[in-house]
Amino acid sequence: MNKLKVLTNGIIKENPTFVLLLGMCPTLGTTSSAINGMGMGLATAFVLACSNMAISALKNLIPDKVRIPGYIVVIATFCTVVQMSMEAFVPALYASLGLFIPLIVVNCIVLGRAEAFAAKNGIISSSLDGLGMGLGFTLALTLLGAIRELLGTGKLFGLSVMPEEYGSLIFVLAPGAFIALGFLIAIVNKLRKA
Amino acid sequence: MILSLTTICMSAGVILAGVNMYTSEPIALAKAAALEAAIKEVTPAFDNNPLQDAYKAVASDGDSLLIYPAVKDGKQVGVAVDSNTKNGFGGEIKVIVGFDAEGKLVNYSVLQHAETPGLGSKMQEWFRTEKNKQSVIGKSLANGNLSVTKDGGDVDAITASTITSRAFLNAINRAYSAYKGTATDSATGATRSTDKKEGENNE
Repeated sequence: MNKLKVLTNGIIKENPTFVLLLGMCPTLGTTSSAINGMGMGLATAFVLACSNMAISALKNLIPDKVRIPGYIVVIATFCTVVQMSMEAFVPALYASLGLFIPLIVVNCIVLGRAEAFAAKNGIISSSLDGLGMGLGFTLALTLLGAIRELLGTGKLFGLSVMPEEYGSLIFVLAPGAFIALGFLIAIVNKLRKA
Repeated sequence: MILSLTTICMSAGVILAGVNMYTSEPIALAKAAALEAAIKEVTPAFDNNPLQDAYKAVASDGDSLLIYPAVKDGKQVGVAVDSNTKNGFGGEIKVIVGFDAEGKLVNYSVLQHAETPGLGSKMQEWFRTEKNKQSVIGKSLANGNLSVTKDGGDVDAITASTITSRAFLNAINRAYSAYKGTATDSATGATRSTDKKEGENNE
């Protein structure tokens, strides 16, 4: 498989949120605004690219029987690095994402890609796959966050687009996340089949 | 098998220790800066270091709150009280409340909350917007506690978020009682209004 295809595979063809439907918990939980969705997506993308690279490099050293604990330790390490760096350098974003950052460890996209791709492919392909999947996830979360923010509060990335009175609160709350996600998946499915 | 797992865990430990060494100082600085910015926002101009002069005071309900005094030219011009309430719709709300020397509310800043986004979360702006009876800025608590109009007070509650509004005012009342000490008359008022709030929470 050529490298470009590996990269774009995660962004469009196998988009983790819209096509694979992985990692729904952070998808629904953190997308109350576009900037939150983007922050969460980028944090996950970083963990995903780094852990895919490390696991691909270590795949011959880790015996098959203990590969899951091995992978989880690697993923948790990168995740904690992200958490500490965010707390130190972007405290505002850290405050709004808080709990969801450590939960990247158990995000099924991360372990899923480690198992399905990094454990079978070379270092460069694996990092590209992680990056592509991460970018696809970021794109999906930013899109969902932007839609919910616009419909819910009339803002986009914190800038007022329409008066707040026209916003419908449900889109900021959990039910709106499900509704918006459902419509987005339907649209993506339609586009993919066309 | 054991060897490879041990190696992985040890290298993970080394990496994390390194990152921790590198980030612990910026984290502490960022927290102190956020607190200092909040204190500056809610008190009159000062020239001391409130973080160093902080002391604990007991609020009306026996809880102790941290008070940061603001001193200018050797005279106390106000305080910032690190107050909180557990009556919020989504749990604890932490508010830093500033009073001037006369006990008038200068400003406030919500440090942490888990209220409904789009409803209760509006409190950061709502209670300082000059509209109808929304604003609490400049109010004096010397004649008793603040409460929402629904409870016979003179502060407009956030639309559709009465519980959050009550909790917010509760945090402010507690801050004032800690600042003035439990000996004053307002303390009994605070206890009474707290009881009332709990009784009506299931509204």
